[in-house]
Amino acid sequence: MSRQAKTLGRVEPTCRAIVFVLAIFQVTDNTGQAQTPSISDVQTRMAKVYGAGGLSRLESWQTATAISDDGLFVTAWSYVLDSGATVVLDDGRRFTAELIGHHPQKELALLKIDVTEQPHFEINRNRTAEVGEPIFAMSNVYGVATGNESVSVQRGVVAAVGEVQTQRGRRTFGYSGPALIVDAIINNPGAAGGAITDLNGELLGIIGRESRNAASGLWLNFAIPREQVALAVEEIHSGKAIQTTTDRSIPAEPVTLELLGMRMVPEIVTSTPPWIEHVVNGSAAWKAGLRSDDLIVSVSQVPTASITHFLEQLAHIDRDSEFFIMVQREDGFLEFQVDVR
Amino acid sequence: MFLWLWFATVAAWQFPVAAQTDRLSDARLAESQRIEVIASAIPATTGIFSTDGSGGGSGVVISADGYALTNWHVVDPCGAAMYCSMPDGQVYDAVLVGIDPVGDVALIKLQGRDDFPVAVFADSDDLKVGDFCFAIGNPFLLATNFQPSVSWGIVSGLHRYQYPSGTLLEYANCIQTDAAINPGNSGGGLFNGRGELVGINGRGSFEKRGRVNVGIGYAISINQIKHFLGQLKSGLIVDHATLGATVSSNRLGRVVVQDILTSSDAWRRGIRYGDEIISLGGRQITSVNEFKNMLGIFPADWRVPIEYRRDDEIFRIFVRLASVHSREKLLDIVQRGPEEPEIDPIPDGKPDIEPQIQPDIEKPLSKRARAIVDTWFEQRDGFANYQFNRKHTESVWSAFHDQAQLSSLNGKLRLSGHEENGLSVQIVLDDESSGLQLGATAHVLTPDSELAKQLEPAGSGGLLSALHLWRRMLVRGPTGSGDVYSLGMLPDWNGELREVLVCNSDGVQVRYFFAPDSRQLTALEFWSSGENDPCEIRLDDYRPVKNVQMPHRFTVIGEEGFLKVLQIDECTIGESP
Repeated sequence: MSRQAKTLGRVEPTCRAIVFVLAIFQVTDNTGQAQTPSISDVQTRMAKVYGAGGLSRLESWQTATAISDDGLFVTAWSYVLDSGATVVLDDGRRFTAELIGHHPQKELALLKIDVTEQPHFEINRNRTAEVGEPIFAMSNVYGVATGNESVSVQRGVVAAVGEVQTQRGRRTFGYSGPALIVDAIINNPGAAGGAITDLNGELLGIIGRESRNAASGLWLNFAIPREQVALAVEEIHSGKAIQTTTDRSIPAEPVTLELLGMRMVPEIVTSTPPWIEHVVNGSAAWKAGLRSDDLIVSVSQVPTASITHFLEQLAHIDRDSEFFIMVQREDGFLEFQVDVR
Repeated sequence: MFLWLWFATVAAWQFPVAAQTDRLSDARLAESQRIEVIASAIPATTGIFSTDGSGGGSGVVISADGYALTNWHVVDPCGAAMYCSMPDGQVYDAVLVGIDPVGDVALIKLQGRDDFPVAVFADSDDLKVGDFCFAIGNPFLLATNFQPSVSWGIVSGLHRYQYPSGTLLEYANCIQTDAAINPGNSGGGLFNGRGELVGINGRGSFEKRGRVNVGIGYAISINQIKHFLGQLKSGLIVDHATLGATVSSNRLGRVVVQDILTSSDAWRRGIRYGDEIISLGGRQITSVNEFKNMLGIFPADWRVPIEYRRDDEIFRIFVRLASVHSREKLLDIVQRGPEEPEIDPIPDGKPDIEPQIQPDIEKPLSKRARAIVDTWFEQRDGFANYQFNRKHTESVWSAFHDQAQLSSLNGKLRLSGHEENGLSVQIVLDDESSGLQLGATAHVLTPDSELAKQLEPAGSGGLLSALHLWRRMLVRGPTGSGDVYSLGMLPDWNGELREVLVCNSDGVQVRYFFAPDSRQLTALEFWSSGENDPCEIRLDDYRPVKNVQMPHRFTVIGEEGFLKVLQIDECTIGESP
């Protein structure tokens, strides 16, 4: 073999090796061109939700985001779901939704409709939002879309990733926890329960309820990050750490007024309203924020009608779990998270 | 060998970084393209100001001689005269031309140049959700240097419907965008990623933050505006279309006719209660919203194809759309103005001030404004600016007149020929008397008697009266025939656009349809009343007679299926009897 031929002989397999190595990197390179769904494809994963409300400033609609093939949808836990909800898909099909459960802390609810082959987001796909990354916000903002009209799409970037404490009304607290803040204006009527996606149609978060930032009082364009949503969905499924309102079992060791460290007003009539007469300084009730002269309005979203009813509600709460008490104080409403451990 | 492999591996690791650098240069390229596209759209945009400085908005110039589009609610407080700033720093006088208050569109004309930069119309049906778009205008009237503000965003939704305020400012089939639309942007253009005009911005959804953008703005689609342009240019106050029927969804989700006026064209074309509407204007209708959306883009008098189903049979018809309001009601509403203006011009830039209520008293005009009104505006009840209508009528008629060489037409007109079935046809038309003989049956016009009651031959809707008036119009022209005005452009039975002149006289109305290119008179409609079908005569087979272009085939369509085709073999002009 000539010298040239020998050199060529060495180069050819080497070239093949280089091409092979480069090919591997092309296939595994995350920054390469993946198959991206179109916006209209992703819109088929969104649904319009209709329910209770319809009064001024309390719209009766919001948005739901599909997370499973067989009709599981994540939406915001709000008054809209109070008396049953209707889910209208992107193609206009209407379903009565079953409320599987809700996560009061994260203000999320899980709905189920009887459908198959529903386009959906993979909620467990590991995708964490980064500050500065471009996003789409998909929601039925202002209830503009009806029937078989697709939800609205807005464009923005992730402005911040961090912890928020939100507020609704003068002294009512809302979602508190990790959040994505975006610069698209997503804090609008009807947007809650909508989806924040990246440019590849992957879910980054679920749009939160209309709330203000407790620190600044400004309306907050926030979404609950995907990881938190996935956690909430799992907790709802397993019934862990949340007392659902339909749970009728009586725990062996329920919460009591003594454990809470508070006393109610004397029950002079059968339906005495549940006024708190005294809260022991430093007790669990005190730490939660309850004070004397508060009127108990609800326990974990179930309205409380009387002292008797309140005691009955406490009897169904295990002393090892957290729960919520909403009170009326002066002319406002406050909700407190209570833990007697 | 291994050295090569190692080298290749190292080189390959560089690829992610190389990809990053590619993305950065991609982004820079996209940015410079964006800058270029925006720069190409800016020159045709205009800032509109009322002559007393009390308000304004934005607009887009669409022709080199200065026609510009804006919202009706921008021009309504301005009156007939306004000032328009252009990005070149100049301020031009402008006059109101035509208005569409229901659809919130207005046409104005800037004066002083015949070479204004113009916006390029797009086809707004090509838009997709997610397309880039941008708005150009004067939000909060902040541009004291006359340079417009630009906001960039995406198309958030299409074919959206926004309920009217009363019956005005209905945004049907509109474009939703998250490009910032604020008070002052009204009337300005929405452009696609190529810098072409896709819509006119005018409304937004607002709530707890007051009248400032919260990411939801709406623009009237340019395809809707295209339907109205002819009528707007004719200085008209244009009304929107109604089918003369209401629809609802039945339990199968189909759109069915709920109620229908027996006086409507839809009824006369055969539509009945319970019929299912399949398509309108060429678009499939699957919901009441879609029906409203599709109807909302047409002006009154437009003609649209409709498909409907009854039992298992599908019918295809062409329907003339009636007007939503009666003439009086529309003019009354226009006088009063919108009940709740959606986006108001903000005079001092503070977004939380309530919109000012326009006083009814006419403020005295400045000298310059008075000059605009004196030169470019003519008042006539029922018209936005009668001067434009008068001029357009004259121009349409003289173009037809010249093309047909009508100056050689005078005296009696005789036409003889035969019908398709062989029956002979004799037509004699003259100033005082006219006659028509079909086979053995003769009809004679009694000139002193009401034309609205002389509708022979039976079922034709008034063929003889129509021909009589047609000849009179050809010989005497508009000035000698009655009250003649332009109705802009309307589609004929083939969907082809025609210039339309209306002549009201003798208690009847005749509409003349002219082809915009050839200027030929292709049809006329004789309306004895609005509740019955007209006598429609389609004219073709034009041949010169003594130099005058005369039609030799008359296709006559009357009531309830009346159809006759008259083929003329001989036509004589002006012979003595």
